[in-house]
Amino acid sequence: MSDKTPRYSRRDALKCMAYGGAGTLFILAGGVFAPVDLAMAAEDKPGAARLGRPLFVQISDTHIGFNKDANPDVNGTLTQTIDLVNEMAEQPALIIHTGDITHLSKPAEFDLAQQMLSRLRTTELHTVPGEHDTTDPTVTAYFNRFGKASGNKGYYSFDHAGVHFVALINVLQFKPGGLGTLGAEQLAWLAADLKGRSASTPIVVFAHMPLWTIYEPWGWGTGDADQLMHQLRRFGSVTVLNGHIHQIVQKVEGNITFHTARSTAYPQPAAGEGAGPGPLKVPGDQLPKMLGITSVSVVKHPRSLALNDTTIA
Amino acid sequence: MTMGPSRTFLAVVAVAALWLVAASNPSSAAPPDSTQIAIKDFMFTPNSLTVKAGSTVTWVNRDDEPHSVVSDTGLFRSGAVDTNETFSFKFDKPGTYHFTCAIHPRMVGTIIVQ
Repeated sequence: MSDKTPRYSRRDALKCMAYGGAGTLFILAGGVFAPVDLAMAAEDKPGAARLGRPLFVQISDTHIGFNKDANPDVNGTLTQTIDLVNEMAEQPALIIHTGDITHLSKPAEFDLAQQMLSRLRTTELHTVPGEHDTTDPTVTAYFNRFGKASGNKGYYSFDHAGVHFVALINVLQFKPGGLGTLGAEQLAWLAADLKGRSASTPIVVFAHMPLWTIYEPWGWGTGDADQLMHQLRRFGSVTVLNGHIHQIVQKVEGNITFHTARSTAYPQPAAGEGAGPGPLKVPGDQLPKMLGITSVSVVKHPRSLALNDTTIA
Repeated sequence: MTMGPSRTFLAVVAVAALWLVAASNPSSAAPPDSTQIAIKDFMFTPNSLTVKAGSTVTWVNRDDEPHSVVSDTGLFRSGAVDTNETFSFKFDKPGTYHFTCAIHPRMVGTIIVQ
């Protein structure tokens, strides 16, 4: 980045992040957010395409098996989501699912979810489990289907297009009354995984529960996430993606961009509104506007990642 | 339909009998089930329950969201308990048993077995 490149203040970045609706778009360049003309993303598709080839699409909280009033047809909205991805002019290289694939961890729900996700034209699928995927008494239903990548540990890493991806699990080892936990073993594994990697390597970290504390009374956070951030801080571009809260919340801290995705199944209330983080019933015509995906593109240089949130209607 | 009237009559008698049984049963005035814990609004109610050894405690979920009941020591672990579903566990030995919801770990409770 040359000296002539305009630098955006943290205030500007926060202003940019205030957008929560469809077509939210922002670019992370060298750890600094640069606002992008939203109209270009929302209306001028070729313009949006020029922003770069989509590196991956994040799908989250599909909750297959959910059948309550907030969305009696989660299969239908996931189908719409898959169609949306399949219709992208340029197909993403890979798909990331940030958990709560199922609602009740039932084998039949996993079977159906896997069958539906296999309709994606992009076949490379990376997953992490949500707490809804690990409620079966033996905690085996998720790992029987998706455990191979991690040797049944739930955490793993891989590289694609010069970006280092880290999948973490924070929905086991809950401390009663507390937040999600990564645990000493996983943090030690990550330290070894990141050791020796250049600080210029773009890092994408994804886990189900937010890796920063959004709302502690509802458990929207990870208790030992500070130890994770300590390891990530030396990198020039870090993107942290989560699901769990069924709405978009974003934050920038130094070179680390935090972003939670929408669900494809049902929205949840904003932090602290109501008794707890349960399904939020909204008028039927509003629902598709509250469900969607996040797509992440490489912008010009591998150091820059752009996040684009799209709803299914 | 010659059976109709006698069926109706039997049904009336049966309902009346149930009413009599209910009215004469003193426990019907007590709380519905003292070994039951309701899960409502992301809380266990009561969140502390004292029972005698050998009692079976039943948790019933009244939320639109699934919950679970997991012992801190691994003694018991329900699967996901969906809306209006229940989970039961029999406590044979005296002691204090803490439990949590693995889906919403802020939800905690205690069973004291005497």
